[in-house]
Amino acid sequence: MSVLAYLVSVWLFVVGIYGVVTSRHLVHLVICLAVAQSSTYVLLLGIGYRTGGQAPIFGDIPTSTPVVDPVVQSLTLTDVVVSATVSALLLALAVQAHRRFGSVDPDELNALRG
Amino acid sequence: MSRRVRSVVALVALGALGTVLVIAVTGLEPFGHYPGPYGDVLAKVVPGERHTGQLVAATVFDYRGFDTLGEEMILFAAVCGAAALLRVRRRKREEAGTPARPAPSFATRATGAALVGPVIVFGAYVIANGHITPGGGFSGGVIVAGALVLAYAAGQVVRLRRVGSIALLEGAEALGAAGFLLLAVGGLIAAGALLKNFLPLGTSGLLLSAGTIPVGNVAVGIEVAGAVALVIAEFLEQALLEEPE
Repeated sequence: MSVLAYLVSVWLFVVGIYGVVTSRHLVHLVICLAVAQSSTYVLLLGIGYRTGGQAPIFGDIPTSTPVVDPVVQSLTLTDVVVSATVSALLLALAVQAHRRFGSVDPDELNALRG
Repeated sequence: MSRRVRSVVALVALGALGTVLVIAVTGLEPFGHYPGPYGDVLAKVVPGERHTGQLVAATVFDYRGFDTLGEEMILFAAVCGAAALLRVRRRKREEAGTPARPAPSFATRATGAALVGPVIVFGAYVIANGHITPGGGFSGGVIVAGALVLAYAAGQVVRLRRVGSIALLEGAEALGAAGFLLLAVGGLIAAGALLKNFLPLGTSGLLLSAGTIPVGNVAVGIEVAGAVALVIAEFLEQALLEEPE
């Protein structure tokens, strides 16, 4: 199964977006978005993996050792940070929505506004 | 659109998207056969050029530092936004006074209080050694911010706020962001290119080595610790304010 890691990433993305579309609770929606975002970590780290490769840190290993790609790892680091901050911002918006409309159901927010 | 129609439409659309994505990923290099070349180039040049074996830190804070600069600004802006959104209510409620809440048990308070110090020290260690071993400003900053949760468990959150700790956290976040920005501009001034590694490289494996990389780690660590702690503090405060309703 040489594509299993990539298929996991596709599954996480699709199932996360499905959760966002059909969500009935804003906090649930934010978590679903985080699941969809986590698909990118799996994809990035999967692409950079090398069979038998060591972690890309030459502390205890000689610099000739084959290592996995550090570039995708640092991209994933950026990704995690952005994902966490986006979640924080969206959860703050959910708190505000609850305060204003008295509900955390996305559909009811629509009805109240219209 | 009713819920059922919407979920059917979503299933059809996501099914199509998923099919296309599966076709796309089967065209990638097989898992475990990373084709390069960037990772291999970095593995060759980093130990000689930057005197560090931590390729990820070298990528984040040096070779790909411009991306990190943008990421820092995203973090800063998002946390400012979250704090501003959560703060609207506080102004109104502050006049009414902080509602009383049940005190945590002695075991929770004792464990929280005992762990605050060690957790901060561990976070600082992870930040300071980010250019030698796994870790760095981002992970270390989150660990330091975790100390705030322990302080909360120890029942100190109300007093924390009174001594102006929110202002302190805001200051730490801004200081870290400004520090990284100054480090980037320092490269421009000292070496003629934004984010250029302009400090002495030192001996690989020592605490003071790899030029600007540990400095960037510390700046990011301060910013992340301030930002995460600020968001946690604001959300905790929301929870405390909501209770009496």
